[in-house]
Amino acid sequence: MLTRRTLFGAAGALALFAAPHGASAQDVYVPLISKGFQHQFWQAVKAGADQAAEELGVEVTFEGPDNETMVDRQIDMLAAALAKNPDAIGFAALDSQAAIPLLRQAQEAGIPVIAFDSGVDSDIPVATASTDNIAAAALAADKMAELIDGKGKVAVVAHDQTSRTGIDRRDGFVKRIEAEYPDIEIVTVQYGGGDHLESTELTKAILQANPDLAGIFGTNEGSAVGVVNGVREMGREGVVVIGYDSGTQQKEAIRDGTMAGAITQNPVGIGYETVKAAVAAANGDSVPKTIDTGFYWYDKTNIDDPEIAAVLYD
Amino acid sequence: MSAVDAPRPGLGRLFSAGATQRLLAFASLVALLVGFSLASPNFMQMSNIIAILQATSVNGVLAVAVTLVIITGGIDLSVGTMMTFCAVIAGVVLTYWGLPMPFGILAAIGAGAFCGLCSGTFVAKMKIPPFIATLGMMLILKGLALVISGTRPIYFNDTPGFDLISRGSIVGSIVPGLPIPNGVMILFLVAIGTAYILGRTILGRYCFALGSNEEAVRLSGVNTDAWKMAIYALAGGIVGIAGLLIASRLNSAQPALGLGYELEAIAAVVIGGTSLSGGRGTILGTLIGALIMAVLTNGLRILSVAQEWQTVVTGAIIILAVYADQVRRRTAN
Repeated sequence: MLTRRTLFGAAGALALFAAPHGASAQDVYVPLISKGFQHQFWQAVKAGADQAAEELGVEVTFEGPDNETMVDRQIDMLAAALAKNPDAIGFAALDSQAAIPLLRQAQEAGIPVIAFDSGVDSDIPVATASTDNIAAAALAADKMAELIDGKGKVAVVAHDQTSRTGIDRRDGFVKRIEAEYPDIEIVTVQYGGGDHLESTELTKAILQANPDLAGIFGTNEGSAVGVVNGVREMGREGVVVIGYDSGTQQKEAIRDGTMAGAITQNPVGIGYETVKAAVAAANGDSVPKTIDTGFYWYDKTNIDDPEIAAVLYD
Repeated sequence: MSAVDAPRPGLGRLFSAGATQRLLAFASLVALLVGFSLASPNFMQMSNIIAILQATSVNGVLAVAVTLVIITGGIDLSVGTMMTFCAVIAGVVLTYWGLPMPFGILAAIGAGAFCGLCSGTFVAKMKIPPFIATLGMMLILKGLALVISGTRPIYFNDTPGFDLISRGSIVGSIVPGLPIPNGVMILFLVAIGTAYILGRTILGRYCFALGSNEEAVRLSGVNTDAWKMAIYALAGGIVGIAGLLIASRLNSAQPALGLGYELEAIAAVVIGGTSLSGGRGTILGTLIGALIMAVLTNGLRILSVAQEWQTVVTGAIIILAVYADQVRRRTAN
């Protein structure tokens, strides 16, 4: 059956080369299969992709499963995208292994794959546009240490324990604290699924259990907003809250001082660079293997700087 | 429940009642296929049809399991996370313990049957409403799947051939040019087997009877509790098969997956004409319902319809399908 599939793939590739494709940029079609859709972060990635599509005169579609556990749904989306014979595909894998057979199919059909956000553990993607989450979370740890004078108890409210970003941000933060700041104790790491309410409840329980807690790190938008809500509802003063990503509520919390600051990725840049690399690859141009889309620390002092404001989203 | 709903022979029911709804559902399926084919040349391609069937297989098997429970007048909200739990059990047996593949398959199906038996006991013996009992099971199994797996996906790289359960194609190796994945054939086999049980066995007959008028069945001296537990256990075993299918397809047991899958399975059952109040339903209808869901989702994607609208359309289709069923039944009365 594999040979059969290979044959189909080869036929697809032939058809692709036979067609007068690349002659007009209007014909270039790039579907992006993301890890999510409803979250403001993904909408910002989509905005970046749409911006690049407009500038380069190509057609882009953007899809992702309802939540980041639906690995098989994402595979179905990838299969449907492949059926449309695209010129290139942007893909943010929920689970790299699960997607390998389809990615191989894309490779055999000569469709270049650009990995984005957390990347794909495979050599099939011609390029990866993503944030270095470990380094970004380590920066959050440094800022936390600075704000609590290098000593005390801190907690982590993470979004999940299975996804790459969840693992990297947790480990990036925890390992930096353990390695560099011996007087800081991480009392607990809890998982709220990135859900605002769940993370709020978690935070309240953590504060209840640790009256002397000095700081909390929320690893994504939903977690961070939940931490802010929890601290507010408990009426606790002096707990240093550090967040991740942006969004209206998180920006407000930073402005009014409930949150000390946050790490922001560059979601618009992720979407933009993915489409740009996809179009270049579709036209046979060379693209860099890794595209670092960057991250920034922002707080009350620089939230309105043009450089920061450009990568924050509501 | 009135005397009018008294149980009729299951076999006759299988072929007569609900036939119109099945026809209607089948007609909708054909209409969708034709519509999408006309709208996009990329839709009616062998590779895309295979993708649709592949996308149907897991939801289809889950829907078959839920159909059994719904016919008894119950509901099973735990099938999504139970599927995940069974996949994790297979992962423990095959990857952590390193046992050969048949043990993993038996363990997954056995774990499902045991979970189903637990749900059945809660419902039949402890008189907990099925909605609550299976809601509890849903959460218990979601948690246990995370606990047992250590919250990490379990990969099946050490079990060669495991991914072929779903991804391979025996049909394709016999008939070149028809690479129907094994997962789809397993769905068909499960559906045929379950339809046989429903139509030709005592278990199937009592399944309908329990959903129509449980009290009457009990008063006629039948041990309704035992039969109900058996039906939940059977449904659980089928969910175990779904667990194997998804694990094989992803070549991993994903412990966080599963929530939400029960609702899609129930949607497929309802589109297929099975009554949520019990006593009425067919496996063929459920199969068509699951196919309609998959064709719709895939077709809208092929047409590049914006994702937010895809969800709206799917919801509307579910309501339309059930409304059509209501109209048909009202005119029939």
